[in-house]
Amino acid sequence: MARRLTLTGNDAAAEAMRQIDPDVVTCFPITPQTELMHKFADFVADGEVKAEMVLVESEHSAMSAAVGAASAGARVMTATSANGLALMWEIVYIAASNRLPIVMPVVNRALSGPINIHCDHSDTMGCRDTGWIQLYSENAQEVYDNVLQAIRIAENPDVLLPVMVTFDGFIISHTVEVLDALEDKEASDWVGEYKAMYTLLDTEKPATFGPLDLQDYYFEHKRQQIEGMSNATEVIKSVGKAYEKLSGRAYGMTERYMTDDADYVVVALGSTCGTAKVVVDEMRAEGKRVGLLKIRSFRPFPHAEIVAGLASAKAIGVLDRSVSFGAPGGPVHKEILAALSGTGHQTSIVNYLYGLGGRDISLDHIRSVFEELETVAGKTIAPNEVRFIGLRG
Amino acid sequence: MPAPKQLAQHEDLVTGGHRACAGCLPMTAMRQLLLAAGQDTVVGCATGCVEVVTTIYPYTAWKTPFIHNAFENSAATISGAEAAYTSLRKQGKIDKKINFIAMGGDGGTYDIGLQSLSGAMERGHNMLYICYDNQAYMNTGIQRSGGTPKGTATSTTPAGKVIQGKTQFPKPLTEILIAHDIPFVAQATPGYPKDFTDKVEKALAIDGPAFINVLAPCPRGWRYPPEQSMEYARLAVNTCFWPLFEVEYGVFKVNRKPKEKLPVSKWFEGQGRFRHLFKEANKGIIDEVQADVDRKWAWLLKREELTQA
Repeated sequence: MARRLTLTGNDAAAEAMRQIDPDVVTCFPITPQTELMHKFADFVADGEVKAEMVLVESEHSAMSAAVGAASAGARVMTATSANGLALMWEIVYIAASNRLPIVMPVVNRALSGPINIHCDHSDTMGCRDTGWIQLYSENAQEVYDNVLQAIRIAENPDVLLPVMVTFDGFIISHTVEVLDALEDKEASDWVGEYKAMYTLLDTEKPATFGPLDLQDYYFEHKRQQIEGMSNATEVIKSVGKAYEKLSGRAYGMTERYMTDDADYVVVALGSTCGTAKVVVDEMRAEGKRVGLLKIRSFRPFPHAEIVAGLASAKAIGVLDRSVSFGAPGGPVHKEILAALSGTGHQTSIVNYLYGLGGRDISLDHIRSVFEELETVAGKTIAPNEVRFIGLRG
Repeated sequence: MPAPKQLAQHEDLVTGGHRACAGCLPMTAMRQLLLAAGQDTVVGCATGCVEVVTTIYPYTAWKTPFIHNAFENSAATISGAEAAYTSLRKQGKIDKKINFIAMGGDGGTYDIGLQSLSGAMERGHNMLYICYDNQAYMNTGIQRSGGTPKGTATSTTPAGKVIQGKTQFPKPLTEILIAHDIPFVAQATPGYPKDFTDKVEKALAIDGPAFINVLAPCPRGWRYPPEQSMEYARLAVNTCFWPLFEVEYGVFKVNRKPKEKLPVSKWFEGQGRFRHLFKEANKGIIDEVQADVDRKWAWLLKREELTQA
């Protein structure tokens, strides 16, 4: 039985956390993540959860304490945004390398500087190579569903990697939407009991965590980590299928929205996908063969699904909400080029940079992307020919 | 509190065969620490000599659970482990009493880890923090830290033609921890084992955060023959450069009052890092350090008098 709720994205993440009821939650405030933790703090204060909340003095300590707690065998969550994620970066990498299945909602916000509190993806794209799984969410419903699925993905013995569930600051985090949630019992049965393979608290079988790992073993351990990330693809899919059975909502690595016969496809992540779907509907009604390829899992990157989703496209517009300075295009663009490389698929790919620092992206903007794609089909576009959406001057 | 003879009957929870230098008192401190703390102890350590010499994969010198995370976050890491324990205990998933000890060298404590330590103490975790203070970043090659004494020659504060070693006094870390108003703060050294192990037992028996600053001489960094480590540990105490004292719920107790308070130059003598101070032109530096030691010792005795009922 679904419960229909009206929540902001932050509240939706907090609701999922209430139902998961982790053993330990560490936290430090940063806009726009703050309200997520306010909500969870209410649950703690009202005795609705058993979680031990560790209110640390920095995000660096939030992730450090999360690593300590997870190494002690606890199910652990934290949440952050932008500079907070940047500050914890060192330990973000260690958490993944130590194979600790921590789940962290990240409310996407532009990195300083200049300081800005609004949405772009510079924060999470900046740590795309830290070894965390990254699931991007389109709306509050997906925030809720992704957080619940993230626990099962992270703790799968073939994966054992931490997961970031990302959602766009303010656009999703502070916008009230209607969503369906599981019953508490369904949710707690779904996540089940967590049992760590080794824990610090087992003093009878003492183990050393985080040892010095030099030329003779470090490389093999990294190889094992690559394996875990590689296994995550199948696990994300199978968890998505199981979750569909439970909730009726389907989740895969990507979502293909009218791409099967599409001549022109936009590739995007996060809340922009909702905007793009409206434009696709409008243009389809006008008889245009357009579609949207939404990337849900950016790490691991779904190469096979991307290739399948773009099979019919004569021109592709890749939307990047962060910059990879000095590189030919944005992070998503590079992945799309890599995915199509060697497939023999002849198509024109245009990279669009948009929405930095919370700059709005409208229906008209997306429509103009599709219209431009119609004009470039068949032409060779240099990878460094980046176009800007909504930029003045 | 067991006597050293009794403690020596306990199982040694740090094995031999680790890679520490001969005469390394930080490692002596670890052995004494765990003889007092026992098997049911989770140990966390910041990046530094102790972590490096004891955990080269696939080997470990630790017979207790041990975690190393990074340089600046030993206290935050152990506060997380302690929170996990508290949570699982409340849920009835674990029953036994476990000690939580975070550690760091002076670099990992006075400097890069100070924020993490301050936060953990303020939050009131039931944990003991041990700073093994060898007065410089020894693991990376003897660079000055916030804990390095004034006048010390280090790799980054050498005794040169113009500048004669470190120009600043050390950060008063123990005082900073006293100012946190936590249940137990102390100074110790493995040079006085019973004093140290008694303090460890006391700290672990207390419900709440505790801190012990442990002066642990390093023959490589201090530049003296390795067999003299214990002697230099005791000289630091008997010159009152490193008083042994404890502050329990705000009450000061000086654990050792030397019968004859030796001049600080007695501790400097024979240490290569202070050799340049004995040049006539640098005598003023020794005098400055002596004045600082005298002032702090007098203030310590005064506080003992004021707080002992």
